[in-house]
Amino acid sequence: MFKFIFRRLLVTLPTMFLTISIIFFGLRILPGDPAVAMLGDNATPAAVEALREEMGLNEPLWKQYLAYLGDIVQADFGESFISGESVSAQLFAVFPDTLNLTFFGIIFGCVIGIPLGIISALKRNTKIDNFLRFISIIGLSVPPFLLGIYMILAFSLKMAIFPSMGTGEGFLNQIYYLILPSLTIGLILSASVMRYTRSSMLDEINQDYIRTAWAKGIPEKLVIYKHVLRNTLIPVVTVIGLQMTGLLSGAVITESIFSRPGLGSLAIGAITTRDFPVLQGCLVLFAIAVMVVNLLVDISYSIINPRIRPS
Amino acid sequence: MMERTIIKEVEDLNVIKKNSKRKSAEWAAFRGNKIGMIALWVLIIVSIMAIAAPLVAPYDPNTQDVINRMKSSSSEHWLGTDIYGRDVLSRIIYGARTSMLVGVISVALSSVIGFAIGMIAGYKGGKLDDILMRVLESIQTIPLLLLGLMVLVAAGSNIYTLILVITVGLLPSCARIARGSTLDVKEKEFVKAAISMGSGTIRILISHILPNVLSSFLVISALHMTSAIMVEASLSFLGLGIQPPTATWGNMIMDGFPHVATKPALAIYPGLALIIVSISFNLVGDALRDALDPHISKKRK
Repeated sequence: MFKFIFRRLLVTLPTMFLTISIIFFGLRILPGDPAVAMLGDNATPAAVEALREEMGLNEPLWKQYLAYLGDIVQADFGESFISGESVSAQLFAVFPDTLNLTFFGIIFGCVIGIPLGIISALKRNTKIDNFLRFISIIGLSVPPFLLGIYMILAFSLKMAIFPSMGTGEGFLNQIYYLILPSLTIGLILSASVMRYTRSSMLDEINQDYIRTAWAKGIPEKLVIYKHVLRNTLIPVVTVIGLQMTGLLSGAVITESIFSRPGLGSLAIGAITTRDFPVLQGCLVLFAIAVMVVNLLVDISYSIINPRIRPS
Repeated sequence: MMERTIIKEVEDLNVIKKNSKRKSAEWAAFRGNKIGMIALWVLIIVSIMAIAAPLVAPYDPNTQDVINRMKSSSSEHWLGTDIYGRDVLSRIIYGARTSMLVGVISVALSSVIGFAIGMIAGYKGGKLDDILMRVLESIQTIPLLLLGLMVLVAAGSNIYTLILVITVGLLPSCARIARGSTLDVKEKEFVKAAISMGSGTIRILISHILPNVLSSFLVISALHMTSAIMVEASLSFLGLGIQPPTATWGNMIMDGFPHVATKPALAIYPGLALIIVSISFNLVGDALRDALDPHISKKRK
């Protein structure tokens, strides 16, 4: 078990290193000067030169790269160009908000997606199944920002049930404010969770041991709950890991639509003010978060399902 | 003697591959899928409208008419007018042009490059495979939307950067799928036969592996059109994609969003256009998969 976790970690570290390097070199290779991008096209050459010096852009590339790696290891993403605050402090201040949103999104996604997937598989090739599958296609085809707008329209403006912006105060009130945005992410996630549950349940139903259970005359409900469901849910854990990048992208844009604080709002705010270090910090933190979640999913997967451990 | 049987086998396999009956069977399977066919027709009609936008659109998409701003649907303006008095229907039709253009180019580029990388990685194996796959995996961990945000901020918002970002973002999954299929096909007898007959790598890749991964190429391209269109819209919605006044569904929704309380139609109509097109691409992709891979569709039932 520990050997597996260790090996998995060994694979993750190079990927993490590569991702961080890609973010760095990707931004340096691109045409366009970050200093010009930050100061705007009307900046004087002297101001641009001063900023380049300050940002360390005049150093040789490998020196910049090493400095960048060293800073990341120390969780130091530099200072914001606008407020002068430490980027790390800003990132960690809003990171819990994004985590909350994603967490509730995952819960909604499972609560909606898994039962629908089970119904769809049990009623396969009936009208209900076809209807549910069509709904799931819609879920896969709507970008989160659009669903968010439609949710605000329906539940905040037309029906006035949920607030359309802000975070609320106090624990219960905060959850109340969280419902609509996390439902936006959750509904989109539930589409893939549903499809996954359905296909993995159908795979399971056709297994020999299930046929044996039927043949033995075990009641239908017992077969479904005790045998099929247990093994169905294992692959569903992975789908959440696979959807993590999509989920976080969804959180980014959902935050900005519902005017909630979080990594996404921070990143989008940084774009409008051309605050490069903040943006870079958000991107690195996002990439690391995705990889850590994938790692955790893989490990938990191997705990639930011992069969895959050796590979 | 041995060689001859091998040649015969290879020829047989080629015959099977090229057999027109099988192709028409796949086409018949696709045509049998009613929902898939409806979706295909929707896409054909939208494409024609996009190409023939100047002929189809009732108004010029950028002509402002301040007196008639934010009008509701009427016989003159079917879907009303926006905050500058521009005709919404015409802008949606012209928006289809931009969205489809960006989608088609970036999906074509990413599929061709991605499949080439995946096939080479899968066929060659070894260190090259490891390195290529690690790099692509790393790209995949960066959310496409954020990658897009960052690159567009650094390099400036224009259609070329946008296409570049979407292409790079879609590359990894194309390469992984091509690699997987290549690994399967590589072990087949006809490939081994071709190797033993001295065919070079390029020849094997093009004439033996490519025909066998083509079906996944089609399926993934259709499904990726949805992603491309959605990312383009999201980036344009954030004001980083195609810049106004050029109409895209994303920046139309962006323009409409601040007025969503008073005039929801401005955000709803372009959104519906976007949803209809992306649903259609998803449905066509699913139908293609069912038609091209009988194994999967049988399992589904």
